Amino acid sequence: MKPDQSTFSLDRRDFLKVAVAAAGVASLGSTSALQAAAAAPSGLIDTNVSLSRWPLRRLPCDDTAALVAKLRANGVTQAWAGSFDGLLHRDIATVNTRLADECRRHGKGLLVPFGSVNPKLPDWEDDLRRCAEVHRMPGIRLHPGYHGYRFDDPDFAKLLRLAAERGLLVQLVWIMEDRRMMHPLLQVEPPDLKPLAEVIKKTPGLRLEILNVLKGLHGQSLLSLLHAGEVFVEIAMLEGVGGVAGLLEKTPLNRVLFGSHAPLFYFESALLKLKESPLTEDQPRAIRCDNARRLLAKKS
Amino acid sequence: MNYEIWDVHTHLAGVPGTTPEERLAKLLQYADRVGIARLCVMMGLKWNYDPTPEFMRKSNDEALQAVRKFPDRAFGFVYVNPKHTQASLDELNRCVRDGPMVGVKLWCALHCNDPLLDPIVARAAELKAIVAQHCWIKITGNLPGESTPMDMAELAARHPKATFSCIHTGGDWERGIRAIRPHPNVYADINGGDPTAGFTGMAVRELGAERVLYGSDAGYRSFASQLAKVHGAEIPDTAKRLIFAGNTKRLLRPILNEKGIKV
Ligand SMILES: [Zn+2]
Repeated sequence: MKPDQSTFSLDRRDFLKVAVAAAGVASLGSTSALQAAAAAPSGLIDTNVSLSRWPLRRLPCDDTAALVAKLRANGVTQAWAGSFDGLLHRDIATVNTRLADECRRHGKGLLVPFGSVNPKLPDWEDDLRRCAEVHRMPGIRLHPGYHGYRFDDPDFAKLLRLAAERGLLVQLVWIMEDRRMMHPLLQVEPPDLKPLAEVIKKTPGLRLEILNVLKGLHGQSLLSLLHAGEVFVEIAMLEGVGGVAGLLEKTPLNRVLFGSHAPLFYFESALLKLKESPLTEDQPRAIRCDNARRLLAKKS
Repeated sequence: MNYEIWDVHTHLAGVPGTTPEERLAKLLQYADRVGIARLCVMMGLKWNYDPTPEFMRKSNDEALQAVRKFPDRAFGFVYVNPKHTQASLDELNRCVRDGPMVGVKLWCALHCNDPLLDPIVARAAELKAIVAQHCWIKITGNLPGESTPMDMAELAARHPKATFSCIHTGGDWERGIRAIRPHPNVYADINGGDPTAGFTGMAVRELGAERVLYGSDAGYRSFASQLAKVHGAEIPDTAKRLIFAGNTKRLLRPILNEKGIKV
């Protein structure tokens, strides 16, 4: 147990009043559990992967070919990819060009690029235009913590509006890593989520997926955000025993997507979460692929 | 590939259920789904960083109540507070010497390099119990009594015959692994932090697979995120077997033998 993790409630009993259905007992070991999880029907869409290099360490799969192999081996049929370079690079245009190029060269259509846009850079509107018109990306990925803006920033509101007008799906990354172990020179505050619902309500046509948010958002605050618009979350940072089942007790199933946060996280974490929770027949399929497929298909 | 899996670090907190037995039953249902055979359980329904002797006893009573219901699936660790030396020694004797528990859990009451830990560790070593100490290195600031792996290294150097588990490997594992590396009696329990890729690989590279233990910190964490640290690691299958169960079994065997428990 880690004390002093302010974003995470200590006693999650309320959150986890899980009526556990008859548990499928896996007697031994769990690569078999992993294989069973990977082999479930009709596709697996990972909405949270990143290409290129994490700034602070080399990762086992930070090479696109290795990541593609890892995803394929685990049954992933589509992966929505941003770029780690989008966190700190200022020449975002080349970050997005490289991302689009990597997604074309590797994986035979497995990787779907989500370009970075930093609304605090001069003429960011052209990055947004290139993502849509030049690279034909279905969406963009935002890193407000690393780009230094709050959710009540007018530039953020404008970016959401322009993205919605272009029919771009917006992925908003709340955090990338646990703030308690950040590099002393790269301490990135998780943005305050409170003003987010308001700006979502004011942006008609917005489709928004919030990544890496379930560590800090649950219960009523999560529901209010989901009800503010067409808002989705993914399970990469969902924690607690039986976490997915607990989440689905209070969260509409059609708003929950699969996300691994690979290669920064071990991919297997997200996959095993589906195995750990006793789920009804329709739930795994919705989370694994149907919800994401529907969301992407809505592109106007 | 099938692995036998023993989880060296779980709790009754964060698990549905009103009684300790209900909670452990629930925890075991989840464990079954992901192939975990045995759980080490520590602390009761409510938690306190700096427990009074009364709180310690209640906490340990609850853990005992739970593990006694599932003797084939769960082992207990006794929760103590080194600020209350005699009460802690009494709890050690009650729960380990005279009871079924196999390890000691120390949390955030006092930095573990404090001399007040010495009598407790010495007694634990006599009883062949594992000493598991919470350790974290937080850039956001540790709690006043919260230990780091560097504190643990000091303690371990004073007690070469005791066996230590560095819980969470310090959270900031890239520093935690280095801090405990010179002390072969300190084991890296990889539970509790995010499933950050590279953690287990570095631990195996720097400490050897024999010094790495799988634990989860469930119910606070999911089993899934913690199992992934081993399943997903770029290490040989033999190393995974050691981390998942082999090492924990080897460390527990002496005390289990004394208690006449065959595994
Ligand atoms: Zn713990």
